[in-house]
Amino acid sequence: MLEVTNLRKVYPTGDEALKGITTTVDGNEIVSMIGPSGAGKSTFIRCINRLTEPTEGEVTLDGQELTRLSKTDLRKVRRDIGMVFQEYNLVERLSVMENVLSGRLGYVSNWAAFRRNFPQEDVERAFEILETVGLGGMENKRADELSGGQRQRVGIARAVIQEPKILLADEPTSSLDPDTSHAVMDLLTDIAETENIPVLINIHEVPLAVEYADRILGLHNGELVFDGKTTALDDHAKDVIYRGAVPETATQVGATTRSETRATDSTTATATPSTPHRAATGED
Amino acid sequence: MATEQTPVTTWQRPTVFYNHTVKWVVYVLTTLFVLWSLVSLLGGVSPQRIVDGMGFGASLVSSMVPPETEATAVNRVIGLVLESIAMAMIATVTGILISIPVAFGAAGNLMPRSVYALNRGIISVSRAVDGLIVAIIAVKAVGIGPLAGIIAISFKTVGFFSKLLAEDIEDVDMGAMEAIEATGASKLQSVLYGIVPQVVPRFIGLTVYRWDINLRASAIVGIVGAGGIGTLLLQAFSRYEYNYVATILLAIILVVLAGELFSAYVRKRVQ
Ligand SMILES: Nc1ncnc2c1ncn2[C@@H]1O[C@H](COP(=O)(O)OP(=O)(O)OP(=O)(O)O)[C@@H](O)[C@H]1O
Ligand SMILES: [Mg+2]
Repeated sequence: MLEVTNLRKVYPTGDEALKGITTTVDGNEIVSMIGPSGAGKSTFIRCINRLTEPTEGEVTLDGQELTRLSKTDLRKVRRDIGMVFQEYNLVERLSVMENVLSGRLGYVSNWAAFRRNFPQEDVERAFEILETVGLGGMENKRADELSGGQRQRVGIARAVIQEPKILLADEPTSSLDPDTSHAVMDLLTDIAETENIPVLINIHEVPLAVEYADRILGLHNGELVFDGKTTALDDHAKDVIYRGAVPETATQVGATTRSETRATDSTTATATPSTPHRAATGED
Repeated sequence: MATEQTPVTTWQRPTVFYNHTVKWVVYVLTTLFVLWSLVSLLGGVSPQRIVDGMGFGASLVSSMVPPETEATAVNRVIGLVLESIAMAMIATVTGILISIPVAFGAAGNLMPRSVYALNRGIISVSRAVDGLIVAIIAVKAVGIGPLAGIIAISFKTVGFFSKLLAEDIEDVDMGAMEAIEATGASKLQSVLYGIVPQVVPRFIGLTVYRWDINLRASAIVGIVGAGGIGTLLLQAFSRYEYNYVATILLAIILVVLAGELFSAYVRKRVQ
């Protein structure tokens, strides 16, 4: 179980990307985090495994607090947290198999890592996982020979072989076409079920989130403005997430439908005067 | 107010200098310096001296023909050319072994400021001093012979190789390394697994390229007593044995050309 309590992040630039987030992710639920660009979705997910150091607050995985762990202890906990990236983040010049096996590096010595000398059971497991993600027979292809969708499958396989207690995905489908996006989302939901772990997914497209998620987290300007069942995500809730509309004004904003994500991006800054000036993130 | 509302209609290309006045001052000063250098260095050179010089040059070249082909002389050349090649090999390997940690230390994306500064310092020192001067110092330190040459060439290799490799390391995709760190791998593992594969092609290319450069250097450092064929070249010159000089020069050219061809071939293969 992942418990996040009062998580804050202030970047050195002064941007307060997270303003005290509290939530829990448990079981084998699919949780989608949505919100306009710059809301802090990536920051949130990266603060969990401390790829970005949180400024304040607590993150607890199965009872163990992470934010104060030493480097060595953090590494141990990171083995239990799988992560999937928008840009796949594979080692392009290595084979599919080497990329998948890199998910086991936390368990082998430096020398073994250098020699690509992994235990036999890891290799066997890698073959199995490649089969499950639909890349059977591709183990010797180089990562840079694969399509985007295939690369993301390798990224997912790398996370799954960790045998994690939770899977984090930061916009895993944003670089993919709609069909491939669905295939990747299907795969992630299957994994949640077969591995019996929760999956937390940052998503740009609301329809995709609604289609797959059991639960939605809505982030606006660093604040968690929605946390509930997917079925509770009505138009009003979407307004609050994407426009920062308060309940009274929400009705005036009127009918906004499916394509808000894009349409409201530009209005966010004006809708909420408190929005800090945003530097280009350079991330995506 | 009024001036602010006038639309700007003139435009000048932005200059890298502070402003356009500074730019012109820099231009004028540079031109004056070049003129001064020409006058002070070549002012006393009469056209006659150039004509005479060309004559001497021509007679020097003609006295080199035919090159010396006597067996013992040629064998001596071959022996020392081999010594040069061996020096280049050893110096390349040693220099690169030292360069690897220096290059990673000098990669700003991996190291803290202090380590970075230290390693950049090492690189600067190596690059600042010319190879022949290093060779002279090495000869004073360890005596005449190939060891001095190896030290000098290794020293120069470190500056060159570490600098270019560090730049390649700084250009890698850090996403791969980050993803590997996120799986719980150590920093060293993440570098070995996530960064090293990305710089291997460049590493091979640079190795062969530097070996090629070191081959030339190893043919020259003998002039200051640091071993290799250069020693013989200097001797032949001082004894006015121009036919022998020709043989030595031909041998050097042959080796350097072969090295260059090999280097070009290998670098083409890895790219
Ligand atoms: N490395 C950084 N340094 C400074 N500020 C940052 C950094 N990364 C993000 N920010 C700021 O933090 C805020 C949240 O950014 P974040 O990337 O988490 O948003 P996001 O919701 O993931 O956006 P997107 O949908 O565009 O990916 C933004 O205002 C951004 O400018
Ligand atoms: Mg993001």
